[in-house]
Amino acid sequence: MAKVLQMKNISKFFPGVKALDNVDFSLDSGEIHVLAGENGAGKSTLIKILSGAYQKSEGEIFLHGQKVEINNPIKAKKLGINVIYQELELALNMTVMENIFLGKLPLSNRAFGTVDFNKIYQETKNILNKLGLDFTPNALVGDLRVADQQMVEIAKALLGNPEILIMDEPTSSLCDSEIERLFTVMNDLKKADKSIIFISHRMEELWEVGDKISILRSGKMITTESLDEIDENGVTTAMVGKEIKNKFPKQKLNIGDEVLKVENLSSNKGIKNISFKVNAGEILGISGLVGSGRTEILRAIFGADKIEEGEIYIKSKRVKINSPNDAVKYGIGLIPEDRKQQGLVLDLNVKDNITLSILKKLAKSGVLNEKKMKEVSKEYIDKLSIKTPNMNFKSKLLSGGNQQKVVLAKWLCAKSNVFLFDEPTRGIDVGAKVEVYELMIELAKNGAAIIMVSSEMPEILNMSDRILVMHEGEITGKFKAEDAKAENILNCAMGGELSGNK
Amino acid sequence: MVTSNHSTNTNNHLSKLKNFTYKYIYLVIILIFVVALTILSPHFFSYNNFINIFRQVSVNFILGVALTYVIITAGIDLSVGSILAFAGVTAGLFLRTGGNFIVAILIALLIGSICGLINGVLVAKAKLAPFIATLGMMSIARGLALVVTSGNSITIDNANYTFLGSGNIYSIPMPVIIAIIVLIISSFILRKTWFGRYLYAIGGSHEASRLSGIKVDKLIIFTYTISGFLSGVAAVVLTARLWSAPPIAGQGYELDAIAAAVIGGASLMGGKGKILGTLYGAMVIGIIRNGLNLLGVSSFLQQVVIGVIIILAVFLDKMRNKNE
Ligand SMILES: Nc1ncnc2c1ncn2[C@@H]1O[C@H](COP(=O)(O)OP(=O)(O)OP(=O)(O)O)[C@@H](O)[C@H]1O
Ligand SMILES: [Mg+2]
Repeated sequence: MAKVLQMKNISKFFPGVKALDNVDFSLDSGEIHVLAGENGAGKSTLIKILSGAYQKSEGEIFLHGQKVEINNPIKAKKLGINVIYQELELALNMTVMENIFLGKLPLSNRAFGTVDFNKIYQETKNILNKLGLDFTPNALVGDLRVADQQMVEIAKALLGNPEILIMDEPTSSLCDSEIERLFTVMNDLKKADKSIIFISHRMEELWEVGDKISILRSGKMITTESLDEIDENGVTTAMVGKEIKNKFPKQKLNIGDEVLKVENLSSNKGIKNISFKVNAGEILGISGLVGSGRTEILRAIFGADKIEEGEIYIKSKRVKINSPNDAVKYGIGLIPEDRKQQGLVLDLNVKDNITLSILKKLAKSGVLNEKKMKEVSKEYIDKLSIKTPNMNFKSKLLSGGNQQKVVLAKWLCAKSNVFLFDEPTRGIDVGAKVEVYELMIELAKNGAAIIMVSSEMPEILNMSDRILVMHEGEITGKFKAEDAKAENILNCAMGGELSGNK
Repeated sequence: MVTSNHSTNTNNHLSKLKNFTYKYIYLVIILIFVVALTILSPHFFSYNNFINIFRQVSVNFILGVALTYVIITAGIDLSVGSILAFAGVTAGLFLRTGGNFIVAILIALLIGSICGLINGVLVAKAKLAPFIATLGMMSIARGLALVVTSGNSITIDNANYTFLGSGNIYSIPMPVIIAIIVLIISSFILRKTWFGRYLYAIGGSHEASRLSGIKVDKLIIFTYTISGFLSGVAAVVLTARLWSAPPIAGQGYELDAIAAAVIGGASLMGGKGKILGTLYGAMVIGIIRNGLNLLGVSSFLQQVVIGVIIILAVFLDKMRNKNE
C-alpha cells in the first residue's frame, strides 16, 4: 500500500507544555488508523498540526512523498485534508445546508452573488440520506440535538471528498445505531481508497473499524501496530504505562439511609411522573436512549429546569428547589453532559473553576481568600491528579478528560452529598475512567448518593446498584443490578413492557 | 564563538525590550502622545494643563468604570449619559429649594441607582437584550430630565456642592480625587472580592455560572445598579464643576465611556476588562482631545481623529493579546 502521509519528528511546544515530542506518524491509503492515548497525550494537537490549526515547532510533513508546509486550515483543505474537530464548530443560527456548504457556497449568478439554494438543498439531502439522517436541509442547526449536530459536522467534512479524513472523537455524543451508521460510511470511504485518522476513547469500537493503531503517551509516540496484533489490555497498558486490572472497580457497600427521594416529578422539559429514591452509598444508574429525558431528570432535581409537579425530599425532609443555587445549598452537585458550555467557565483558570461554587463562602467579608482558594485547588488537583501546568492555567486549554475532573473537583470541594453525573466518562481515557469510577465509589463510601446517567451499557451494568430505564420522559423499567441484563434494559428503553423486579 | 554569543545577547535584549513594551504598552503609548504633543504645542506640557486634562477625564473615567462592570458580564449600558443628566437635574432642583448639599448628593446617587436597578431587572428578569433595555432607559431618563426642567438648565450656587467639582484639596481638583476613589474601590471590588470574580464567571458563561449555583440574575441586577450609581456620581462631579445642571448634559458620553472601556481591553463578548485599562482608555481619549484643542484642530476633525484612535487602540490590544 502506498504511503499517503508521513509526519516525521514532529514536536510542539506550548508555553510551559511540551505537547508533542519527536512524534512519527504515517498513514496508508485505504486505511483507518486509530490514534489513541490518555487525555492530554497530544492526539488533538497532532491532528491540529496536520489540519493547519496549529503550527508545528519542529519536524516535517510529507504528502505522497512530497514535503509540504501546512500553514493554515485552508491550505490543509486544498491538500485534501478534512477534519471533524472534537469541539463542534457549527454556526448554530444557520441551517444545516448552509453549514455544510459554508465557505464553498455555489453561486447561481456570479455577478449578483446569489446562492444556488436549490443545488445545496439537493446535495445536502443526498448526503443526509446517505448518513440516514431524518432532519431536513432547512433545519436550524441550533435546534438539533447534539448527536445530530455531530452528524452535520461529519456531513460537512465528507462534502469536499477529502483524501484524508480526520475524526477527533466523533462518536462521543452518538448513540449505538448512529455509530453503526457512521462506521458504514467510514468503511465505504475506505473502499474508495480514502484514509481516515480516528480518535476515540471508546475501547470496544477500535477493533470494530480500525486497521492500525498508534498510541501516544505524554506527547511521545509509544507504538504503532496492526489492531490484529494487539488486544485491549495491550492498548490500555501502552496508553497508561501500567496495566489496568479492573476496569470497573465496583464494590458492594453498605447501603445507608435514604438521602434523596423524588415523587411524581414532572418538569417543563417533558419528564412525567418520575418517582424514585437513592440511599447513602448507592449508585443509581439511569439508562435510556438519547432524548428520553434522562438529562432532564437531573436538571429538574438540580433546579435548572422548572418543576411543574411533584416533590423532592432530602433526608426525608421536603425541599423546594427553584434554582441551582437552592440545589447547591442542599448539597446537590451536577456534573453536566456538556462540560464545555455548562460545566466550566472556559476563560477562567483552573483554580477559579474548582472553587467557583464556594468562592463566596471562602471569602471573608466579601474579600476573596486567595490563600484558601489555592490550598483547596491544590488539594483537589492532587487528589484527582488533574494534569495542568499550574492552577492558573486557563481551563480552555486543558484536555477533555482533565476538564471533566475540574468539574468534579468543583463539587467535591463544595462538599456535595448528592452527585448527579450526566455521562460522567464521555470523552475520558481508560485510565481516567477508572479514576472517575474509583472517585464515585469513594464518594459512595463516604455516604454520598449518586445518580449516573449513561449511554454506555457496560458502565450502567457494572457501576450501578440499581437501574432505571427511561422512555419518552417516563420510567419504563426498574432493575436491581444483579438481575439486570442488557437486552431487558434495551427493551425498556425502546418503550417495551415494564419488566424486572423492583 | 564570541560573536555568536554576542548576537544571542542582543537578541535577548531585543526580546526583553519587546516584552517590556508589550507589558507596559499603555504607558508607552501615552508617553508617545505626550512627547509628540509637547513638541507640537508649547502649552501642552505644563502643570496647569495636566491638571486640566485630569479634571476633564474624570467624568468619562467614572462612566467608563460603570461600563467596564457591565461589559464584563457581556452586557452594555447605553443609558449612563442620560441617567447622569436626570440625576444631575434632580439634585439641582433640590438645591434650588435651598436643600442641604449632602441630601442633594444622596438624591443624585439614589436616582442613578434606581434607573440602573430598572435596567438590571429588565435585563435579568424580563430577559430583554441589554442593548434594547438600556436604549429605552437612555430615552426615558433623558426625557424625564427635560420634562422636570422644562428644558432649562438649573443654576447651582450652593458652594458646598460646587466644591465637589470646582474645589481643590492640596491643589488637586476634587473631580480627580473622586475619580481616584472610584478607581481604588472599583478596582478592589473587581480584583479582590467574590462579587468581582463572579462577574468574570458570568461574562465567561452564563449557563455554567448558573449551574455552579451562582445567583446570576441577582448579580446582573446589582451590576446595572452599580452602573446607575456611578452615573449618579458622575452627575454630581459634572454639575458641580459646571455650577449648573443642564438637562442635555452627558449627551454622547455613553459612547466615550464604552470607548474607554474597550480601549482598555474590555471585550464586548464579556469576561474581560480591567479598571486600570479603562483609566488608560479614558486618558488616551482625554490627552488626544486636549492636544487637538491646543493645536487648534476643529472639533469636526477631532471626531475623525478620535475614531481612528479608538480603532487603532483596540487593534493594538488584540496584537498584544496574541503575543502573550
Ligand atoms: N493552545 C494551547 N496552549 C497551551 N497548552 C495546550 C494548548 N492546547 C493543548 N495544550 C496542552 O497540550 C497537551 C495535549 O493536549 P491535547 O488536546 O492534544 O490532548 P488530547 O490527547 O487530545 O486529549 P483528550 O483525549 O482529552 O482530548 C495538554 O497538556 C494540553 O493542556
Ligand atoms: Mg483531544
